[in-house]
Amino acid sequence: MLEIRWHSRAGQGAVTGAKGLADVVANTGKYVQAFAFYGSAKRGAAMTAYNRVDDKPILNHEKFMRPDYVLVIDPGLTYTADITANEKEDTKYIITTHLSKEELIKSQPKLEGKEVYVVDCMQISLDTIGRAIPNTPMLGALMKVSGMFDLEYFQNAMRKVLSKFPQKIIDANMKAIERAYNEVR
Amino acid sequence: MAKRMELNEVEVWDGNMAAAQALRQADVDIVAAYPITPSTPIVQNYSKFLADGYVDGDFIMVESEHSAMSGCVAASAAGVRAATATSSQGFALMVEVLYQASGMRLPIVLTVVNRALAAPLNVNGDHSDMYLGRDAGWINLCSYNPQEAYDLTLMAFRIGEDLRVRLPVMVHQDGFLCSHTAQNVRPLQDEEAREFVGEFKPVNSMLDVANPVTHGVQTEEDWHFEHKARQHHDLMNSVPVIKEVFAEFKERTGREYDLVYKYKMDDADVAIVALGTTVESARVAADRMREQGIKAGVVSFRVLRPFPFNEIVEALGDVKAIAAMDRSAPGGTFGMLFNEISAALMAKGKHPVVLNYIYGLGGRDTTIQMLEEVYKQLDECAKAGEAKYPLQQFIGLRGPKLSFY
Repeated sequence: MLEIRWHSRAGQGAVTGAKGLADVVANTGKYVQAFAFYGSAKRGAAMTAYNRVDDKPILNHEKFMRPDYVLVIDPGLTYTADITANEKEDTKYIITTHLSKEELIKSQPKLEGKEVYVVDCMQISLDTIGRAIPNTPMLGALMKVSGMFDLEYFQNAMRKVLSKFPQKIIDANMKAIERAYNEVR
Repeated sequence: MAKRMELNEVEVWDGNMAAAQALRQADVDIVAAYPITPSTPIVQNYSKFLADGYVDGDFIMVESEHSAMSGCVAASAAGVRAATATSSQGFALMVEVLYQASGMRLPIVLTVVNRALAAPLNVNGDHSDMYLGRDAGWINLCSYNPQEAYDLTLMAFRIGEDLRVRLPVMVHQDGFLCSHTAQNVRPLQDEEAREFVGEFKPVNSMLDVANPVTHGVQTEEDWHFEHKARQHHDLMNSVPVIKEVFAEFKERTGREYDLVYKYKMDDADVAIVALGTTVESARVAADRMREQGIKAGVVSFRVLRPFPFNEIVEALGDVKAIAAMDRSAPGGTFGMLFNEISAALMAKGKHPVVLNYIYGLGGRDTTIQMLEEVYKQLDECAKAGEAKYPLQQFIGLRGPKLSFY
């Protein structure tokens, strides 16, 4: 079972991102789960969202998770949220930041010695979509780091997930995914 | 004529979307609803389907859940198919009208997204609302995941509207853990679902002016008892209809439902009995215990009302120790599952150890590890042949341990 935890602020699209990923993965015949904790969260409040992926039906409904991937889509949460909670030895971190990996680890020493990848999903989404919606670029970065799907397959699958949106928005998201895929370090 | 919605063979739906899609496919004539977390998206999705042309019926926005169920009662008595959704405080406000619906023999379908009851205010999942309404004279169906929430909502119409039953039906799903958790769902296409649910058959329709009838009458002592007895009689005798509908659904979809749900019970020494998503988590825990040589199984109620008395005894009769896990504050006694299971077993001369665990209130996480601990306690009791732990324990609670008896 593959397990993913998203750290986000309410309104940045982590739930949509987690569900979009679940949609794409389910099309390949795998079993998926996507959920989030809201509480009575207001827009801008720190929140977490989750994905589980498996080859057999997913029966586990516990909230507790030891994630294989931690995706941080708001730069500030690297410092204010417990992003290393319940980590495994080989948990991989993909973090939205304008800093280089070295600068990031220096600014947040608890990432020292961990498998960390950086990508500026904020800037990418501002450049391409025109708004700070860092969820789809993060998925592009995840595809590169995890090797889950190649870029073209994933973009085609996401086009279907986003098919209810105007073409302009779909195109902008495709660019965002591609840039993050190529820029994640 | 409503537009047809093209659905994928496998959709990724949360429990709310699954319930909303089932209501859409069931061609409900009147949905009267008032929103409340976490069931809001059911009626939100439904009203979007309607606005987009996928629904022929009407959506009535009302000012409270009391009015929502009253609207459903009026619509159903008038002679059309009616349904709604609610949770928690909204469910509590509906309770008065729930009894009207069942007493007036109106086959309304209510999708309940189970959530804690205040105070303190809490929007997360537990089974307090289910327990509050379980004796309201409705058929109660229980789902453990979004697929089942979809399947059972479709089946609810068939069961409640059957001329041998004519009673309202609730379909329960866990708040957030099912309602907001997207998982693989294999839906029926619109025409298959419509064919399965069938046309609504009005009985004693108020709008049939050629045959005038009275609804909501007063009876006092001369007839009240006979009405309630008849109602109970028909609720108890809905079992064959429920089984027929389950069987027909299996024929169409391959998905099997029974009055009582059993997992690895053929050779089980210890069993967890729970409701909702915990049933599936307990399967994961049971498999892990079996790797350690403990013969663990899981039992649940697919149909909580009418209570499957014989079937629950049959499922649990040969087990040595049972955990009755209640996700509702017991309010000064044991949990409902403990009381009802113990009574059924005792009445049939069975005397396994039965322990009551109160857990997960207000959305407190129910971990696999916690369920494994329950199995380990049961295993000790099974080996000793007696209760080695207090009969009622609160688990997953912060602070000092709380237990009774």
